[in-house]
Parts: sequence; structure tokens; C-alpha cells
Amino acid sequence: MRIASSADSSDNSRSQMIMADSGSSDEVAVICNTDITSTESENNIINTMVERGTALLKKMEISVAEADKRTGKNTVNMQETYTVYLIETRPAESVSEGGTPVAPDTLWRRYSEFELLRTYLLVTYPYIIVPPLPEKRAEFVWHKLSADNLDPDFVERRRVGLENFLLRLASHPVLSNDSIFFLFLTEEKGWREAVLETGFQDKADSRLKSLSAMFRVKNPDKRFTALKHYSEDLSTVISQLLRIRARVADRLYGVYKVHGNYGRVFSEWSAIEKEMGDGLQSAGHHMDTYAASIDDILEEEEHYADQLKEYLFYTEAVRSVCRKHELIQYELEMAAQDLSYKKQQKEELETGTVRIFSLKGMTSKLFGQETQEQRESKVAALEQSIQEGEEALKEKNAESQEFVEKAWNDIERFKEQKEKDLREALISYAIMQISMCKKGIQVWSNAKECFNKM
Amino acid sequence: MSGAKVPADISGHMLDLDEEEDLEVFSKNTSLAEGNPMPNSPDSMVNQFRLDEENEEEQQGAINKDIFVTVDNPESHISAIETFITYRVVTRTTRSEFDSSEYEVRRRYQDFLWLKSRLEENYPTLIVHPLPEKFVMKSMVERFNDDFIETRRKALHRFLNRITEHPILSCSHHFKVFLTDEELAPHRKLGPGFLSRMSETMRAMANSVRGLRSKLEEFAIMQEYVDDFSNNMCSVDKVTHRITKEHREYMDELKQYGPTYFQWAESEELLAEPLKGVGSCVEKCSKETEEQIQYLSEVLVPTLHEYVLCADTLKAVMRRRDNIQAEFEAKNEALASKTTDKEMLQEEVDDLADRVEQANNALRGDWSRWRTSMRADLKSAFISTAAKNVDYYEKCLAVWESFLLSQRGESMEQRNGADAS
Repeated sequence: MRIASSADSSDNSRSQMIMADSGSSDEVAVICNTDITSTESENNIINTMVERGTALLKKMEISVAEADKRTGKNTVNMQETYTVYLIETRPAESVSEGGTPVAPDTLWRRYSEFELLRTYLLVTYPYIIVPPLPEKRAEFVWHKLSADNLDPDFVERRRVGLENFLLRLASHPVLSNDSIFFLFLTEEKGWREAVLETGFQDKADSRLKSLSAMFRVKNPDKRFTALKHYSEDLSTVISQLLRIRARVADRLYGVYKVHGNYGRVFSEWSAIEKEMGDGLQSAGHHMDTYAASIDDILEEEEHYADQLKEYLFYTEAVRSVCRKHELIQYELEMAAQDLSYKKQQKEELETGTVRIFSLKGMTSKLFGQETQEQRESKVAALEQSIQEGEEALKEKNAESQEFVEKAWNDIERFKEQKEKDLREALISYAIMQISMCKKGIQVWSNAKECFNKM
Repeated sequence: MSGAKVPADISGHMLDLDEEEDLEVFSKNTSLAEGNPMPNSPDSMVNQFRLDEENEEEQQGAINKDIFVTVDNPESHISAIETFITYRVVTRTTRSEFDSSEYEVRRRYQDFLWLKSRLEENYPTLIVHPLPEKFVMKSMVERFNDDFIETRRKALHRFLNRITEHPILSCSHHFKVFLTDEELAPHRKLGPGFLSRMSETMRAMANSVRGLRSKLEEFAIMQEYVDDFSNNMCSVDKVTHRITKEHREYMDELKQYGPTYFQWAESEELLAEPLKGVGSCVEKCSKETEEQIQYLSEVLVPTLHEYVLCADTLKAVMRRRDNIQAEFEAKNEALASKTTDKEMLQEEVDDLADRVEQANNALRGDWSRWRTSMRADLKSAFISTAAKNVDYYEKCLAVWESFLLSQRGESMEQRNGADAS
């Protein structure tokens, strides 16, 4: 579970995420204290490095508190069941007073509205790596997890993911200032109209345009090319890791559950034994405990998988920025190419040499020379065109440079965030493994004691 | 036995012979039990060991082991007709009925089978530890596969050692022959031939059809226990096999899991180090898993398997006891309905009655003995399995903790560095 980032997180009881098994009573010799430190606890809980300084978070606390089911008519007038999520916001100062916190403002949103918000941001800030949404459908499932969108575990993990999404936005230096985002958090009705009114759909690049750009850019910025390849590699490798992890989880589930059979079998056997009966019976109970423990263990591991998934989805956003760069670069190159062509045309007209084949030129040669007047008017038209072209080129250049600068700024910020988050994720994974080992030691030590009594 | 006409009732005859020989053995062997007088008859000999469990355990502890047997050094023999494996059987003993103190012979599986069947014939109601199976049907394991041979060797070793620990069986003439004679083949030819074995089987079948008149309650209870024990052992064995299978599949996936972290590390800079750290933790844990599986299949699985076979042995022992009783009852009935020639039949009936009592006493004695060693074996196997599992988790714990320590150390540095600047 994730909490709203704020100074005081302790009163939010539902946000207890115990990553480490800090509650185990049996002491086993340890190399170091594996209980998580308070700092790690704060950082771990979201895996988001939430920057306190950003404007929006200073002002308000945000959380996605609940999920609920609704039914309604959809666009084709059919009944459908969907889930809505409760967004709570609260001015930040209210909590630090120490008294009972002010009741939060709330509104309900469904997943498709989150999607709309994100699409709007993608179009409006093409140089920003926009945080991804949690997956629409459960992927990389291992057998126990349901792939059903209405399954309560899935809904819960999605609630957490949506909260994480909002917090990421709220902590972003650029995105947090967006007014549509603010409205998303505060205006339940009328938000959809507000978004559509911005006319962002018109700004969206056609797929065709961006596709052709990718094939024909001559001089993309090398850093972007490298970044694109990196994000492709990252996407591949995280997908693979998630897939295998799911298989490992599946197998581990099998190992633990099969031990549960010992419980049943020992119980039956103990019925016919005098001296061995008690020991067998109690050992069997520990086997049942062992078998049951895997459910919680794997549920926790899902959080780790979710952290990795977030960055898997981030790679798509990164690729999006790279594509935008390619598109702008392409347009820049086209503009430059266009300009140089016009200049050459002018030169030819002025000097009379034909270097570039053109139908007009050929026909004029075949059907007689132009008059001096005609030629001069053509040159004048060209000069006009050239001037416009130069203006356009300057603009495009400026646009490109601005894009590169802004994008690279965000990319650096993203890199830092990624490194910190993933490192924390790996650490929390280690803590989970440690907890699992400690539980295993406890169960089998107990079982051994019981066998001793046989 | 040589050349004499084969008497109708083989088993009784055999018992007589061995009784004499065993008597000899006992008169020479002084270390059997502290302070007890020399046994004179099989009855008292057996009664000696019909003690309740506590004393049994003391008794067994008090017996100084004076015979040690090892089975090792498998070798394959290739002849024109067949290929087979022989094992070296080394005996070291201070028992006086052995001419020498050390013997070394080579035996093949068939020889062990021979020994077992002789022991079962001579001591029908004693519990002989099972031999490993002839073929392993479950896995299509070649007879000459190294693992198979090693598993079999260990089981054969245990088989012989159980016999050396048994106060009666270890004194068997056939056991001595098995351990000492260079060539077992001539002995194999002697003994009940095919025909006599057939007749015995048929008699047993006839008896089982007739059914027992009355069974002592203690044996009825024993039978019930044996049936339940057999079911339980099979279940435990099955569950254990399933666990081993699941472990193996888990380990296979783990082996693929670790490398993905290393692969990822290749495209990272700062993240490479912790990624490699996690990857190597996973690799180390998968090695530990491998060891754990190995241990399981070397300790728990064979033990459980042997006790599954033991259950079958017990069933056979119960059957043989029942047959002996059935024979007596049949003869007794015949006697009751006869009007003339009663004396000879009466003698036979009396003999059979003795046989029944001997058989019952032998079983009673061995029963508690068997229960004790069963309990010890299974308890020890489960304890060491649990201990190994604890060890496994402790090792994995250490692996992850040292990774965590390395990461925290680094982050401390980073924090200090950030503070400093």
C-alpha cells in the first residue's frame, strides 16, 4: 500500500506497508539488523522519490483511498460494471496542527478518466517522460492471481498504482503545475469538458507522421538514439525478468503447498502410533503453517513486481519522447532541405544555369525563353518564399533546441529517479527474501523439535 | 539335507536343523546378554528377547557388536551369457564360529536374494529388513546407471547390517555361508527346489482359503496395524516424492532467474552493482536448493522407501504366521474326525502346535524389536531432514543479509558524501 507523501504518515493506518519481517520474535543470529530503518520505511513505502519541494505537494495531500463498483450505461447504451476510485485531497497544513485532521475533499474517478488525463499530458508536454498508469489488464500473472479486472486483489493493486501515478505527477516539477491536473483532483463534474476544450487532440501528432519520421531522420541527436536503444533493452529485459519471476513464484507456491500434505498424512499416521503420535501430529501442524505461509510471501512479492512493471511502462514514455525528438528533427531537416532547394532554384534562375531538373525549366527551354519580366517576378516570388523559409527554419531550430533542452532536463531527472527507485526496490526484495528465510527457519526448527519428541 | 528324501513339511524340518546349529552358536557365544544363563532351547532363546521396549533398548545397547560388515566396490562382470554387477562384502568379526577374523567375498544381487529367502524360510515369523527392489519401475533407470548402483549398494549394506544387529538372524548358518564362502553357487543349488517351493505356496493358498479358526487378538491388532502402517508409509512416501519433484522444478526456474539480473546489469551504470548483487544471491540460493534436494533424496527418500518395503515384509510375516496356525488347525481337525491311527497323527499335531507357539513367540519378540528400530530410523530421518531445511534457510538468509549490508553500506556512503558536499 502506498501513502500520500506528507510530513506525517503515521496516522494513516491503511498505509502500513511492512516490507521487512520486523515482527518476528524468534531471534536467529543475523549479520546485520535487517529491520528497515525509518528512512527506508519512508522511501520504501512508495518507491517514489517524492520531492518535497514541489509546489503542489507543499499545498496538498493526495491519496486514492478506496475503490468501489458502479453500474451504468456505456456509450453503446449497454449495462456495464466498472470500478471507480475515490480521490482524497486535503490541504497539507491541516495535518501538522496536531489535532484531528480536516476532512478531505473527495471525488470519484474511473480508470478511463485517468487515461484521458495521461493522454492530455502526453500531448501537451511531449518533452516530458510522463509517468505511466498501472496496467489495464493483469499481465505476467502466476497461476494463483486472477486476471479478472474485477478481482479484489487486482483492484487493490490498481488502487495503489493509481495513487502512485498521482503522486508522481504531483511531485514532478513541470507536470504538477498543470491546471487540468489540478482540476482532475478537485472538479468531479465538468472536468471531461475542460480537457476536451483545451483542444489537445488537435496537437496530437498523427501516427503516420511520427512513423515516417523514424525512417528518414538523417542527423538525430546521438544521445536520443542511445536513449531509445537503452529503453528498448530495458523493456526487453524487465519483461523477461517479470516473466521468469512469475514462473519462479508459481513453482515456489507448489513446493510450499505440497508440504501441506504432510500435515494430513502425519495426522493419519499418528492415529496408529503410541509413542510417535504426538510428535508426528504437532509436526504436521507446522507443515500446515509452512504451506499457508506462502500466500503472504507471494502477495508481498507482487509489490516488487509492480515496482518493476512501473519502469517497464516508463520505457514506453521514454520512447515516446525520443520519437518526438525524431519528428521535430525530421521537420527541421525537411525545412532546411526545402530552403536549400529554393535557394538553388533562385540561383539557377539568376544565372541561367540549370542544375536541378524541373519540368518548368524544361518546358521553358522547349517552348521558348521566358521574358525578362516573367523571370524577375519568379525570382521575387522565390525570394519571398526563401525569406519565409528562413523564418520557418529559424523557428524550427529554436523549437528543436528548446525541445532538446527541456527533454534532456527531464531525462536527467528521470535517470536519477529511476536509479534510486530501482535500487530501493532491489533492497526491499532482499528484505522480503530475508523475511521468508526467517519464517522458514522458524517453522523447520519447530518441526525438528516435534520430530525429536517422536 | 543332502540327498535325503524331501520331507513333506519342509519348513519344520528346516527349523529343526537350524535350531541345532543355532544352539551350537549360542553355547559358544558368551557376549549375548550380561548375566543371563546360557539358553538351551529356541523357546527360551526367543523368550529372552521378548521384553518390553525399555529393556529392549538397554539390551541392544549392552550387546557389544562383534561382527562388522561392509558392502562396497561395485564392479561389472561381463560374460558371454550376461552382464551383472558384483559388490565386495567385507566381514570383520571376533565371533568364534568364524574360522577367521576377516573375510572378503564378492556377491551379486541374486546372492542377496538367496540369503533373504533362506532367512525367511528358516525364520518365517522374524522380520527381515527388506532388500532394494529388483527393478525400479518408476524411473526408467538403467540397471547400470551409477546413481542406481550407488543407491542399491547403500541399501544392500543396510540390509546386511540389520542382520548383524539381529540377535537371532546374525547367527544363521546361511548368513555365515553368505559372508564367508568363496563360491555361493553350490549352496544355491541346495535347499528347497522349485517343486517344494511350489507345494509350499499351494499349501499356503489352500490354508488361506480355509481361513483361520480363531486368531489371537494380539495378532489381529498387529494385522490391523500392519495394514494401516502400510497405507501411511505409502502416503508419506508419495508426498515426499512429490515434494522432491516440486523442488526440482523450482530449482530449474531459479537457474534461469539469476541470469536475467546479470543481463539487465549490462545495460545499466549505477544500477549494475546492486543488480549483479541480486543476481548472485539468486544463484547462490539455487545452489543451496540443489544441495537440499540432494540431501532429501539421499536420506529421507530411501528411508521411507525401505519402510514401504518393510510394510510388505510385515504382511508376509503375518501371512506365514497365519499359515503355520492354519496347518495346525487343519491337522487338528483331521485328528478330531479320525477314529483309528490316532497316535501318529497326534504326534504330528503336537509338533505343529509347538511350531505355532514358536512362531508366535518369535514374532512377538521381533515385533517390539522392529517397532523400536522403525521408530529410531524414521525419527532420525525426519529430524535430519528438518535440520537440513533449517540449514538451507540459514544459508540463504546469510546470502541475502550480506547483500543488504553491502547496499546499506553504500547508501550510507552516498548520504555521507551528499552531506559533506
